[in-house]
Amino acid sequence: MSEITTETLTVRDVELTLRRAGEGETLLLLHGANGSMSWLPVFEALAENYHVILPDHPGFGDTEAPGWMDNISDVSYFYLDVIEALGLDQFHLAGHSMGGWIAAEIGVRDAHRIKSLTLISAAGIRVDGTPMGDLFAWSPEETVGHVFAQKSFRDQALAMEPNEAQIEVMLRNRQMAARLCWTPRLHNPDLRKWLHRLDLPTLILWGDSDGIFPEPYAHAYHELIPGSELEVYENCGHVPMAEARDAFLGRLQAFTQGAA
Amino acid sequence: MDFFFFNLMPYGALDLDYDKKYASANLVLPNSYYDPEEGHKLYTRYMDELEYADELGFDGVCVNEHHQTAYGMMPTPAVIAGALARNTKNAKVCVLGRALPLINNPLMVAEEFAMLDNITAGRFVAGFVRGLGVEYHAMNINPAFSLERFHEAHDLIIRAWTETGPFPFEGKHYNMQYVNLWPRPYTKPHPEVWIPSQGSEETIRWAAHPDRRYTYLNVYSPFSAVEGFMEQYRRVCEDDYGYEAEDRQLGLALPIYVAETDEIAAREAKPHIEAFFNKFLRIPNELLLPPGYTSISSLKAIRLAKREMLGGGKEMERMNDLGMFIYGSAATVRERLEEFQDRVGLGQLCTLLQFGTLPHDLTMKNMELFATEVMPHFRGRERRLVSAAAQ
Repeated sequence: MSEITTETLTVRDVELTLRRAGEGETLLLLHGANGSMSWLPVFEALAENYHVILPDHPGFGDTEAPGWMDNISDVSYFYLDVIEALGLDQFHLAGHSMGGWIAAEIGVRDAHRIKSLTLISAAGIRVDGTPMGDLFAWSPEETVGHVFAQKSFRDQALAMEPNEAQIEVMLRNRQMAARLCWTPRLHNPDLRKWLHRLDLPTLILWGDSDGIFPEPYAHAYHELIPGSELEVYENCGHVPMAEARDAFLGRLQAFTQGAA
Repeated sequence: MDFFFFNLMPYGALDLDYDKKYASANLVLPNSYYDPEEGHKLYTRYMDELEYADELGFDGVCVNEHHQTAYGMMPTPAVIAGALARNTKNAKVCVLGRALPLINNPLMVAEEFAMLDNITAGRFVAGFVRGLGVEYHAMNINPAFSLERFHEAHDLIIRAWTETGPFPFEGKHYNMQYVNLWPRPYTKPHPEVWIPSQGSEETIRWAAHPDRRYTYLNVYSPFSAVEGFMEQYRRVCEDDYGYEAEDRQLGLALPIYVAETDEIAAREAKPHIEAFFNKFLRIPNELLLPPGYTSISSLKAIRLAKREMLGGGKEMERMNDLGMFIYGSAATVRERLEEFQDRVGLGQLCTLLQFGTLPHDLTMKNMELFATEVMPHFRGRERRLVSAAAQ
C-alpha cells in the first residue's frame, strides 16, 4: 500500500490542503458537497495504479475559504490555477457530485491538459421535469435514504457518531456548499450551452437509485457531451464509489487506461 | 414605556393535528390546509383587532412578513399596513419588519415604506429583519449571503431615503443604475427604524452604532437572555460608542394574556399559547437553520446538544417561568412587566395579545384588560434601578 501524504499548496490567497498517494499517471479527484470522505472507499485502491491527488476544496475539510469565492465558476477558475501550480499535464480528472460539476466547468474552460474526464453522479445541469433532491432541507435520516440505496450502507451511515471536530468540518462543508450551490440550485443554467466543448474522452458513472440527481441526469449529460460513455449501476445511490465499488474501480481504470 | 399591539395573523383555523403527517406548519405543510373562506374571516377579524388597538390607546400597531406558512398570513405586510394607515388615527403603523435579504430589489421596500410614511405623515416605524431561516428555502435565497444582503439592502434603502437622486448604487448583490426615490420619506432624515432580532452580538453592535441608534426589539428569548442582550446594548453604547442608550432603543416582543384572575388566565390561554409555540412555531432544525444563516459555532452547539430548537413540547407554565409568555390577572402582569422594566429599562413593549388559535372574543377581552388595567400603570412610570443584591 502506498503512503498517503498531506500537504498544502499556496494558490493565490488559498492554502489548499491536498492528499497525494501512488505513482503513475496523475488522477485528480474532486469531491462533492459532503467533502473528501466520499472518495475514501476507493482512494487507496486507485493509488495502486495512479498518482492520485485529492484536494479539500476551499471552504471544505482543512482548506479555508477565501472571501471572494462565491460560486462554482470561481472554484473552477481557481482549479485552473491549481492545475498550473501543480504543473499537471495530460492528467485524468474525475469529479463526484458537486466535484463533477466543477470538473465539467474546468473542462469547458480549458481541456487541453486533461487526458480524460469522469463525471460521477454529477451536479451542474438541471433536467426539467425531474426535480433534484433537496439535500439542504432533509433530516439526517432522509439524507441517508436519498444518498444510499442499500440497507447496509444506510445503516452504516446512520450509525456514525461524529466527534466534535468532525461535526465542525461537516458544518463548514455544508455552509460552503450552500454558498456555492444554493441558487441556482446545484447547477449552472449556462453549462448546457458549452458541454459540447468537452472534446475529450468522457465517462459518466451513475447510480440508478440516486436520490439527489435521479438517473435522467446521467442520460442528459451523456447526450450533451459528444462521444461520452455512460454506465449506470443497479441498486446504487449517489455514491457509486461505495455502493458499486468494485465495478466502479474496474470501469474507471479501464477507461483511463484506454484514454491514451 | 410605550405599548404596541402586534398581530402575526396566524391561520387560526389550522387543523392542529397536521403534525401527525407533516414536520412543520412552515414550508412543507400543503396549502390545501388553507381554506380561503376561513382566511377571509381571519383577515377581517385581525384587522378589526389592529384597528381596535388604536382606539384603545396603544402607541402602535405592528405587522410583519412571513412566507409559505400558517404561522403568519402576511407575505406582503404592506397590504395590511396600507389599510391601517387609513383606518387608524393615533397609533404608529409598524412593519416589523420586512425581510430584506429575501427581496431581490430592496428599492421596492424603500418605496413601500416611503409611501406608508407619507400617507401616515410620519406615523410609521420601519422594521428590517433577515427573515426566518426556513424562509430562505421558501424564497430560494442563498442563506450564506443573508448577512451581506441584509447590510447591502439596508444601505441602499437608507441612501435612497436620504440622498438626492438619481444616483447609481454599486453593490455586490444589488446594482441600480438609477436610485431616485419618489416619494421621498415624510420623516426627516428618514422613518424610525427598528431591528427585531433573536439576539446576536453582531446585530446589537450594528443597531447601537451612533450613525443608527436603531431600536433593538428582542423576539422570543427567555428573559434572562433578554436581560443579557439589553445590557450588552447599553454597554456597547457606553464603552465603545460614547453615548448613553435611551430606553426607546430597547424593545421586547412578548405574548401576554390578561384575565380576571390568574386561574382564568391560565385556563383560557393554555391551549392557544401552546398551539402557538408547539404547532405554529414548529420547525425542524434542517429547515430553521439553513447552512450559512447561523454561525458555525452556534450550529455546533445545537448539534452537540442534539437540540431541536422549535420541536414542540413547550408548556405554558414553563414559558411563563422563562418570561417568554406571561399570563395572569392585571396585577400579576403589571408586576411582571414592572420587573422587566426595572431590570432592563425597557422602552418599547410589543404585545402579542393574539397568539396561535386564540379566538376573537378572548383576544378582545385580553386587549381591553391590558389597555385599561396594565398600560395606564406604566404611563410616566420610570425605570427603578434594582440593586444587584435585590435581584
